[in-house]
Amino acid sequence: MELFNLFVRSIFIENMVFAFFLGMCSYLAVSKKVKTAVGLGAAVVFVLAITAPVNFLIDKYLLQPGALQWLDPSFANIDLSFLSFIMFIAVIAAMVQLVEMFVERFAPALYASLGIFLPLIAVNCAILGGSLFMQQKEFTEVSQAVVYGLGSGIGWMIAIILLASIREKISYSNVPAPLRGLGITFIITGLMAIAFMSFMGIKI
Amino acid sequence: MDRNSNIYTLLFASIVVVVSATLLVSAVTILKPAQERNKRQEKMTDILYTVGLNKEVLAKKAAEKGQDLNYKLIESYFNQYFTKQYALKKDGSVDKNVNAFNIKMKAEIKKPEDEQRCPIYIADMDGKKYYVIPLYGKGLWDDIWGYIALEQDVNTVKGVKFGHKGETPGLGAEITKKWFENQFFGEKIYDKDGTFKGIVLLKTNKDPKNVDKEDHEIDAISGATLTSNGVTEMIQERLKHYLPFFNKIRQQKN
Amino acid sequence: MAKKNKWQDLLKDPLNENNPITVQVLGICSALAITVKLMPAIVMGLSVMVVVAFSNLIVSLMRNYIPNRIRIIVQLLVVATLVILVDQILKAYAYDVSKQLSVFVGLIITNCIVMGRLEAFALANKPWDSFLDGIGNGAGYALVLIVVAFFRELLGSGTLFDHKVIPQWVYDAGYVNNAMMLLPAMALISLGVLIWAQRSWFPQLTEKD
Repeated sequence: MELFNLFVRSIFIENMVFAFFLGMCSYLAVSKKVKTAVGLGAAVVFVLAITAPVNFLIDKYLLQPGALQWLDPSFANIDLSFLSFIMFIAVIAAMVQLVEMFVERFAPALYASLGIFLPLIAVNCAILGGSLFMQQKEFTEVSQAVVYGLGSGIGWMIAIILLASIREKISYSNVPAPLRGLGITFIITGLMAIAFMSFMGIKI
Repeated sequence: MDRNSNIYTLLFASIVVVVSATLLVSAVTILKPAQERNKRQEKMTDILYTVGLNKEVLAKKAAEKGQDLNYKLIESYFNQYFTKQYALKKDGSVDKNVNAFNIKMKAEIKKPEDEQRCPIYIADMDGKKYYVIPLYGKGLWDDIWGYIALEQDVNTVKGVKFGHKGETPGLGAEITKKWFENQFFGEKIYDKDGTFKGIVLLKTNKDPKNVDKEDHEIDAISGATLTSNGVTEMIQERLKHYLPFFNKIRQQKN
Repeated sequence: MAKKNKWQDLLKDPLNENNPITVQVLGICSALAITVKLMPAIVMGLSVMVVVAFSNLIVSLMRNYIPNRIRIIVQLLVVATLVILVDQILKAYAYDVSKQLSVFVGLIITNCIVMGRLEAFALANKPWDSFLDGIGNGAGYALVLIVVAFFRELLGSGTLFDHKVIPQWVYDAGYVNNAMMLLPAMALISLGVLIWAQRSWFPQLTEKD
């Protein structure tokens, strides 16, 4: 039950886009199509679902204060948590490289349409943010990290698909010149964020 | 050497890694003492706050002696007033092998009751004794924590201080505000028959102006039911661990 | 004095014409989350400025020596090291603010502005120019953060730098702090309005259809 609660919370209530604004840069700048959004979203879900638990294990057994005790009890005082950023990003970069090779091999059309965005997932704030928030939450089990990664990814994907569909429709409306493009997109996202707030306080 | 050859790449990568590793390790080693001091200072300041010695009062005291309020001064005030710090076992006796100040509440409350050590800080101010107990619990989104100070009778609340990780601003986050803290002053945690009641945050509070200090109730925060419940449970749950110790003191008085 | 003009441009352009957030659309993520109060926004702005400037400088110094295959990884390593240093220094000397910034300092690593400027400028330009470019972009970023945070703190908490600014009589007359400004949603809308204002003032920045 706890896991299900965590899953739903990370999709709707602690949504990566609407609550924490992570991962919007690369998306907002260029893509206006739903198709690209779905592809990018799926890649993000995959990367998050894997990097969150891997980084959890690294944090638990290598980085936390006293984590190295399993190697040798005298290591109990070593605190490597300051290396978290580097370790996490290294894992993420490696994961993204793997995903890139996978997509190129099995879905070449998607690979072509995603173009530069695939490698850019490595520096997508949402992925590193997912690992950092996971570290802050101090989970006790790997399963929690998996659920959190999966949920965060799915939440991100839903948000980005919604945004893309609205942007596609808006291109037919009469938006005043200074608001066109970026300005109206921000305001729309803000309104959607307010809508997502209605999920707050739901207890399952 | 060809920039893109394997050997060069390997050499370059190794050098960059070694340089950054050295930089980081030296920085962390140099900065760690200052970081630890900050954490300790925060803890001491919060505990002093609950017995009425907030930053302004302490700064005034320091100014009278012509000094600035810095870490050393705060630490000396803390040691001056809080003469005893105990780590209590399940039965209320003191575990002399554990340093109460260094106990990390978040990890401690997860331990089984027999292993848990509950810190208590005892102050001696102007001839009166005060007991400060650290609290840790769950709010709506994430952890909440705080300190509660009791007067000599181990019954009346002298002061409180709360903190939270991620409660909603304007709602649950209001637990850090003065108006919320003020409600606790003078409330009693035991009822007239000597039964422990704790402090309950209630929305349908029959005494919204909090005139009755013996009802063990204060007004919950509108729109922050779950955070308020979290505070109630946190106080109940943590203070329960101290009842054996409190009972000893109450018996001594009688 | 072509060189001096070039340096002035490097510092001035990112403040408005080529603002990293409102024009280049980089660095949005942390910009929105950190602007609830002015103080953390300023510290974040300064931190980003330091990181972009120095990573630009370091990568530019190395630009003729970096093997192509590990280019991105080396960049990430330089940025990550700088960010960790900034984070550790904040924890030691600005503890209260570092608590408010929490994970967002770490997120500077993935702040698109940093990587964006490295790829777009530092790899092809001289060290001093790159350093100035970093300062300029950092300043442009900080400027947007400060404007948004100013309104969010003023309207949301009635304070500036945690000092009460709105006089009591205004509250007594019925004014209430707009707590919604403290929530993430309003940050997005505030930014949208800011962009609207900027583009109304400087029509050349409007997007072609």
